[in-house]
Amino acid sequence: MAAPASTQTVDLIARFPGMVTADTRPGFTGFIVNKENLLEVAVAIRDEFGYDLLTAVTGVDYLAENKMEVVYHAFKTTGGAGLIFRVQVERVDPIEVPSLTGIWPGADFQEREAWDLLGIKFTGHPDLRRILMWEGYEGHPLRKDWKEAFYEEEVKPFKSRWPDGQHIYSEFKNPFRDNLNFPKDFDPEKYEPENEKDLYASLENHTLKGEGGLKTDQIVVNMGPHHPSTHGVLRVAVTLEGETIMGLKPVMGYLHRNHDKIGERNTYLQTIPYTDRLDYFNSMSNNFGYVTTVEKLMNIPVAERAEYIRVIMAELSRIQNHLIFIGMLMNDLGTMYTPSLYVFEERELILDIFEAVSGARMMCNYYRFGGVVRDIPDDILQRIKDLVVERIPAKTDEMERFLNDNEILVGRLKGVHLINAEDAIKYSITGPVLRAAGVPYDLRRADPYSIYDRFDFDVAVRYNGDMMDNYLIRFDEIRQSLRIIEQALKQIPQGPINSQKPAYQVRVPAGEAYGRIESPKGELAFYVVSNGKPNPYRYHVRPASFVNLTAIEHICRGAKIQDFVALLAMLDIVMGELDR
Amino acid sequence: MENEKLSLPNYNIPEDIQNVVAITTLDRLYNWGRRSSVWPLMFGLACCAIEMIAAQTARYDMARFGMEVMRPTPRQADMMLVSGTVTKKMLPAIIRLYNQMPEPKYVVAMGACASSGGPFKEGYNVVAGIDKFLPVDVYIPGCPPTPQALIAGMIKLQEKIDKQSIKTVRWYDKNKADSNYVPMPILGPDLIDVRRNAEYKKAAATQTTQESA
Amino acid sequence: MYGKGILKSLKVTWDRFWDTYTEDISWWLRGKKRYNSAEGIAHRSSKDTRGIFTVQYPEEQLLLAEEMRYVPFLVYDEAADGKKEVRCTSCGICAKVCPPQCIWIVRTNDPVTNRPVPVPTDFYIDMDICMNCGFCAEYCPFDAIKMDHDFDIAAYERSVYNLEKLLKPASYYAGIRPENAAREDEARRVKEAAKAAKAEAAATTPAA
Repeated sequence: MAAPASTQTVDLIARFPGMVTADTRPGFTGFIVNKENLLEVAVAIRDEFGYDLLTAVTGVDYLAENKMEVVYHAFKTTGGAGLIFRVQVERVDPIEVPSLTGIWPGADFQEREAWDLLGIKFTGHPDLRRILMWEGYEGHPLRKDWKEAFYEEEVKPFKSRWPDGQHIYSEFKNPFRDNLNFPKDFDPEKYEPENEKDLYASLENHTLKGEGGLKTDQIVVNMGPHHPSTHGVLRVAVTLEGETIMGLKPVMGYLHRNHDKIGERNTYLQTIPYTDRLDYFNSMSNNFGYVTTVEKLMNIPVAERAEYIRVIMAELSRIQNHLIFIGMLMNDLGTMYTPSLYVFEERELILDIFEAVSGARMMCNYYRFGGVVRDIPDDILQRIKDLVVERIPAKTDEMERFLNDNEILVGRLKGVHLINAEDAIKYSITGPVLRAAGVPYDLRRADPYSIYDRFDFDVAVRYNGDMMDNYLIRFDEIRQSLRIIEQALKQIPQGPINSQKPAYQVRVPAGEAYGRIESPKGELAFYVVSNGKPNPYRYHVRPASFVNLTAIEHICRGAKIQDFVALLAMLDIVMGELDR
Repeated sequence: MENEKLSLPNYNIPEDIQNVVAITTLDRLYNWGRRSSVWPLMFGLACCAIEMIAAQTARYDMARFGMEVMRPTPRQADMMLVSGTVTKKMLPAIIRLYNQMPEPKYVVAMGACASSGGPFKEGYNVVAGIDKFLPVDVYIPGCPPTPQALIAGMIKLQEKIDKQSIKTVRWYDKNKADSNYVPMPILGPDLIDVRRNAEYKKAAATQTTQESA
Repeated sequence: MYGKGILKSLKVTWDRFWDTYTEDISWWLRGKKRYNSAEGIAHRSSKDTRGIFTVQYPEEQLLLAEEMRYVPFLVYDEAADGKKEVRCTSCGICAKVCPPQCIWIVRTNDPVTNRPVPVPTDFYIDMDICMNCGFCAEYCPFDAIKMDHDFDIAAYERSVYNLEKLLKPASYYAGIRPENAAREDEARRVKEAAKAAKAEAAATTPAA
């Protein structure tokens, strides 16, 4: 992997003398922008230099230097390497950084997350509330001096496990005998909960005003977190006027499992099985993204055979993800169960392959730094070939025959607008939704990672941006994935499956890396900062679902409530990745 | 129809009417009826929910056990399958659903997370096991349990139901009728289990303050 | 024609329904057992499966892949006198590599010299924390901890396994993972032979 080309292709320093400096820390690239000039520079980055897609916004807490840093990663939708720019502020509350939501609305949720977990106040943000935790929660968990209730040691492995590891429940070590942490002299009887006043106030502020004429009442409806069609434990508060959605606020965090915090305690290797549980449909893709990122930091090659195995597994994963998308979409549209039962059959056959090679159906934990954990024997390669050449193409065709002409389905999907290209880019949407809006942006082509540049495939793209296109593009992508696997099966060489010796402790030099892959749901990226120790200093996941959901308010306002479930389904969110 | 679950052993029913006649006790009839139609609450939390769905699909087909009717409303459900990580933010919703379920009701903790917090136990937003709040009947280890493991767990639950007696079950006992009501926890600076308020107050008084602001 | 799409859909479902019976008949004509037989289950999990897809657990069971992993267990070798020779040397690698840190090991100290002895006094795995990742088995240098196939371990209470509950014989391991066990045994045999040869060479060479 070549170093990010940002510093060579863009000369921000010459364009903004005195406002921008180069980041000279070893292992770091990009620019440091003065806080006061951030907005001005950001506009130029978007409009003059053409980095129109702001993918990641995240913070890093440099406790020792008493600095808080906000890191931005911007890319061009025409492809190529990205531009990293950052703002550093002194770590004294209140920590304030100007919000970029005016320039890239896609920064909305990510800035709220940085506020929630790191306590960085984004001035000018229209709706800065906590997003993953609840309003009233004590502290900002990702700060380096914040400790969770079951805190044991700064990093794993914990010393209490060996050599004198008497089993003890973590509860017994905590004064509250549970996973709890209350401030000193806290009196639960006198406590008054916030009761989500902020949520409803914010919903009211962001509600469209009804048109004149007939006087109507607006009602607020809460969908979720226990709702069969929100794809997990997502909740949305909706303001309705008749059947029209006037305002909408998603509420998330019901599955916030503290992935980032646990990842910073883990060693590099220990995080691999945790990434399985991000997007739990596609553990192979998650592994892929994470190991790619750490390999970038470690600067090690990947064994040739392993590269092919990785691609085959990631593409199989994409196929089953899209099949499930279709099945679940049909459930949401009311075609209860039959299509999803059909797609689950194909999924089971693919999961059988995963189980045979990795050992587990869903949580594969198959990729390692430098390769994969074990080789695929020839008989399983043959099974994959049979599936890819015979079974899945036939079944995909059958599925299309089954559904595509169905009048009810066409009536529900065709012409119902999801999002257009311009807005999709503004809201940092990636993946099939962006491509169905007419932007042929696929990381496998736009910024090829692994060995995707060796395969002949087309980037699936459709142009209407309505729900029908979003549905059909999944079939297109399944066919392209099949093409890639077929080629990979033909080209796969013999040889070792890992370039490194198996080791449970890896050496990672200091620096930062932002690795991204085209996961079935969009751009899945990992941002890792290493300080040369066995554990990452900062570990951040940029999940596709979370960022794609930023646009839901924009998509749904003015739409009908009947279409809401289908519109949400089109974004193909998965809560494990959304809430982490 | 499988009569062997219903008929008492040691009664010699003539072979030609074995499928027509069954000799049984009231308990056995009662339990046989309940064990064969345990309707789960349609309720998925995390990764395990996907395996739960998979267990409902064609290959594993929980309909064979009378468990295919996933009820979206707690009022019609017999069993809560806690399938995934229970977070503090989600807990009040789960407790509310549980309280709304009519008796007899069962709770199955599917997977490591629901049983004890699992791999995410150390997380600040994770409840270390649903059994802190709800009476769990069966724990199914695994991360996630495969659909077959889930079915094995369901069979364990059926065995548990088989052992109950109409004379002693809590839902017909006037003194114990409300014994499974769980008061709603409150989301404060951290999760407040109102049953333990006094304990919290005492511990908080001696608590050393958090370092962070 | 309006409604043609729906008819097409119905045709697909009809075909699927029909397949179940034609398959049943064709298996019956060939005199083979489609249900409750390994051949039938294997066919239902292959690319050619048509019609009914259900594997009726617990009467039938899916054929588990050799690499399939569920929860860990400890391997012991059966000595000639029936004693259990635990392979684990309590080196602690599994406890260190375990991502959720659910392994606790008590190392044995010799009561006389107070030096560590390569055998665990006790060994705990909290099965309700274990994430089935397989790292412990992967990085164990002594082939002492392995991942089990047995998934029927649901219980009425929390499961914390101790040494006694974790131990399973090497023959059981060879039964569930024949290829892996054979490969590892061979590797160990070669290693021991090399060691023995070296020791012999050292013994026969006259001291210089």
